Amino acid sequence: MLQIKNLHVKLEEEDKQILKGVDLVVEPGKVHAIMGPNGSGKSTLSYVLSGRGGYEVTEGSATLDGADLLEMEPEARAAAGLFLAFQYPVEIPGVGNMTFLRTAVNAQRKARGQEEMSAGEFLKVIREKAKTLKIDAEMLKRPVNVGFSGGEKKRNEILQMAMLEPTMCILDETDSGLDVDAMKLVAEGVNALRSPDRGFLVITHYQRLLDHIKPDVVHIMSDGRIIKTGGPELALEVENNGYADILAEAV
Amino acid sequence: MAQPQATQKQEALAARLAVLRLPTSGGWLSLARGLAETRLKGMGLPGRRDEYWRWTNPAVLIAPEPGPAQPYDARDEVPAFDAIDRVKLVFTDGVFHAAASDDPALAGVEVSRLAEASARDVHWAHELYGVLEAAGQKPVERPLAALNSAYATEGVLIRVTAKAEKPVHLIYNHESEVSDAILHHCVKVEEGAELTLLESGPAAARCNMVLEVLVADGASFHHVRTQGRDHDRQAVTHLFARLGEGCRFKSFTLTANGVMTRNEAVVELLGDDAVAHLAGAAMGDGDFHQDDTVFVTHDAERCESRQVFKKVLRNGAVGVFQGKILVKPGAQKTDGYQISQSLLLDEDSQFLAKPELEIYADDVSCSHGSTSGAIDDTALFYLRSRGVPERAAQSLLVLAFLAEALEEIEDEAIAEDIRSRLEGWLNRRMG
Repeated sequence: MLQIKNLHVKLEEEDKQILKGVDLVVEPGKVHAIMGPNGSGKSTLSYVLSGRGGYEVTEGSATLDGADLLEMEPEARAAAGLFLAFQYPVEIPGVGNMTFLRTAVNAQRKARGQEEMSAGEFLKVIREKAKTLKIDAEMLKRPVNVGFSGGEKKRNEILQMAMLEPTMCILDETDSGLDVDAMKLVAEGVNALRSPDRGFLVITHYQRLLDHIKPDVVHIMSDGRIIKTGGPELALEVENNGYADILAEAV
Repeated sequence: MAQPQATQKQEALAARLAVLRLPTSGGWLSLARGLAETRLKGMGLPGRRDEYWRWTNPAVLIAPEPGPAQPYDARDEVPAFDAIDRVKLVFTDGVFHAAASDDPALAGVEVSRLAEASARDVHWAHELYGVLEAAGQKPVERPLAALNSAYATEGVLIRVTAKAEKPVHLIYNHESEVSDAILHHCVKVEEGAELTLLESGPAAARCNMVLEVLVADGASFHHVRTQGRDHDRQAVTHLFARLGEGCRFKSFTLTANGVMTRNEAVVELLGDDAVAHLAGAAMGDGDFHQDDTVFVTHDAERCESRQVFKKVLRNGAVGVFQGKILVKPGAQKTDGYQISQSLLLDEDSQFLAKPELEIYADDVSCSHGSTSGAIDDTALFYLRSRGVPERAAQSLLVLAFLAEALEEIEDEAIAEDIRSRLEGWLNRRMG
């Protein structure tokens, strides 16, 4: 379970407060969506939770299954079960996708005291999972995300998620840059991973992704705070009326 | 100002020659040595004020005696190219070590020791020994190579007349703290023949090495060398190659550590449709100084040359690259490429690069680039966010940075040896 309490975060370099007291609980098995206008702090939240540098937590806490996330290195957070699907997956020339994934899977296993996956077993599992995401063998061999289309990059994120089997998945604007077909494919991949012991936090600007990944709870974020929480109908309200009404209401 | 500098160079040479003796072998070799000595005396030894030595101080390379160097013990790693079926020729402190070497009987390959060359019929070497070196003295002087041609007593002469079944591996062991090795090798790959030459090891406390390679029409020469981990290495190497029509030439060098390593390569493409690739991957830490100086001359049509040099530097390490592509008049349809890059792991390290193109033909395609950069933080975070520990992530990115140079190794088994060696070094260093 992901538990965020009164989280305040500022940019390290500029003295600029981005998150101003976020409270959020994501239970296992649930899909929470965070929506909000640009600049509301949605992506910052995802980066702070996954441990990216450049941010300073000035107040509050974030725990995963009771463990203090904010004290951990990014790799330890990953091993503890946290996964962030990036809005802009990073291209890494020279590192093969397959090598990257196998290194990651085995590093996490090692950190958890589990036995490493053999090359043969890994190959079998990845082929199976890649197939359902329509990722071909050629894409697995290529350097990480290099020369991938927007859709391929996002599918590759979901493949990583499927291989790493995290307990808490954060999807940061996974729908950005995707056409409808690509979005469906990605959503199917996410839905296939839904399970009673896995929580999701889906960050999105638009409602359309939520047509495919049905949320249990929807939060609206604005100016570094969650200003409204509701059911799936809240997302529809945003779709129909924009953020203006909700923001006005909150003030 | 010219006079004092010339005097200085001559004084340095006199001091150096005072502790050397011109070998008296007789025959063609004496003649070649005499000519080399004359060339050397016309030049003197390099000094700091030479443009070509602007970034690399030749002091330890020209000093009468080598600085002391701890023999390097690499017993904690698998010997280089150990898994590859090859003919091993071993030199210890620059002297051929027969007992440790294989019988060089290999179909289509004749191997002679330089030390026995005057006594044996190696007439082909007359046209090679010191000849490519002499040609390589223009337009830039390379006195340390001339010194080598004049004073080397050891080395191998290899003539290849067919496709060699397995690589020849020159292994250089270093046991004495004060050894000063001068090794000179000549390789002639006859028309249509093929050879892979491997080199590994620290050689001596100080080492001056020359390799002259003549690749005849339609022949192939593949060269892979490791200079690894011996901290005290003081080495200068010259590779001179002359390529005939339609031949393929590839040379790759892996360098780690070493307080002074200067690797020069001088390649002339004299036959049409020849291909020459030169690549280097270097990793340096602390008082590491490594210099790649490359001169590629296109003097024929439709030739291709590539220079790919990558250096990973940290803790004040210095990497130098001086690379030139000269396209002579008439060398139309030349395809020349040169890239030199450094990955600086901290702000103390330095990469000095001088990429040059000089083109006298109008229908050519040449490009060059040189960059310095740090580890990409975004990529590092991406890897870590997937559970890869920071050091392992850094190693992955370092290997990725070097990958383009490693890709120049054609043979998969040899490439794998280099790659796993590099990984081992990285893990030891960063683990």
